[in-house]
Amino acid sequence: MAEPRVRVPSTVKQGEIIEIKTLLSHPMETGHSRDVYGKLIPRYIIHTFTCTYNGEEVFRADWHPAIAANPYLAFYTVATESGHLRFEWIDDKDTVYATEAEITVV
Amino acid sequence: MQPRPRLPWCESRPDRRWASARVLVSLVVILGAACTGAGLLLAGEGLRPAPTQSRQLSPYTVEDRRSGYSYLSEENQRLQDDDFANPGLLWVEQGRALWHQADSTTGMSCASCHGDATVSMRGMRTRYPHFDSQRGKLINLEQQINRCREQRMQALPYPYESETLLALTTFVGWQSRGLPTHVSIDGPAQPFFEAGRAFYMQRRGQLDLACTHCHDQYAGQRLRGDVISQGQSNGFPIYRHTWQTLGSTHRMFAWCNTSVRAEPSPLGADEYVNLELFVAWRGRGLPVETPAVRR
Repeated sequence: MAEPRVRVPSTVKQGEIIEIKTLLSHPMETGHSRDVYGKLIPRYIIHTFTCTYNGEEVFRADWHPAIAANPYLAFYTVATESGHLRFEWIDDKDTVYATEAEITVV
Repeated sequence: MQPRPRLPWCESRPDRRWASARVLVSLVVILGAACTGAGLLLAGEGLRPAPTQSRQLSPYTVEDRRSGYSYLSEENQRLQDDDFANPGLLWVEQGRALWHQADSTTGMSCASCHGDATVSMRGMRTRYPHFDSQRGKLINLEQQINRCREQRMQALPYPYESETLLALTTFVGWQSRGLPTHVSIDGPAQPFFEAGRAFYMQRRGQLDLACTHCHDQYAGQRLRGDVISQGQSNGFPIYRHTWQTLGSTHRMFAWCNTSVRAEPSPLGADEYVNLELFVAWRGRGLPVETPAVRR
């Protein structure tokens, strides 16, 4: 499936509060629905999301069932220095979806 | 057989004039509420940008034809308008990758013949389905993509409703975003158009309903907690919250058929392509919204 999508402002002022938007393609099976044969479909969701800013963790979220498929997440952080942001999503099959973005502080 | 009892709300159709006036009033109310809401937000935070002009409904209505967009909640309209948050864009991205991907022994990709999709595919979505002399019947965008794959690229066709076919269809449709739908219904396409109209008017299923009953006679009224739309196809393939994924016109047809307890046709069936032409003509002039967000 498609690559994760993230949107980070490319150039910002030091100390500015920036909004970061992320979107990932994932089925997010709750574990409660059944297939056409009446068999439970095993849970298959993303359970952890982390964002690191130059190696330092600035945002983390633990997710549970009932988050929609193709989860969209927006959050805020303070722009401290130029560098790169790394985003990681980990799902129930221990697949890690990762992407990075550059940010320039002026 | 006893005549079917008439339910009170079947007795007379509401006067069209009043119906449209009511729609207008509710639109004004919705817009008013939107403005007030935005005003409150602005006053409260001072951070939010001003509401964009794209949420005005005028481009989404042509005469008495209303795109499904005009029936959406404000939140869903915003989701569709935002090219980042709209989940349908995931398929556009995937489609863009597939466009350039060689996928056969010939080493050809879509781009080998068609080059830059933003130029070559612009307006393509507005003309489908159309009559195809080689097949002797209608062809829709999905079938056209697969025919290109088979005949030009010597590649296997994508299964109907597969992620890959949806992605390419969405990517091609995306190039026509905002252009008005105009399909050809005369000449050789005419008998297929009439077949599509007949399908649309035909009662079916245990609920004994035709498409026209909900989408013409009761459009704008409530069906349980939902507002019935006119059933326009200008936004397909759509990202549908009910499905939690993207779906084609035919998936929607099959879903509607099942909902009235009728046996759905297989996806890609001729009767669905005929219906697709009729529905596209019904929404003539409405802008392509691919990939639209719907409930």
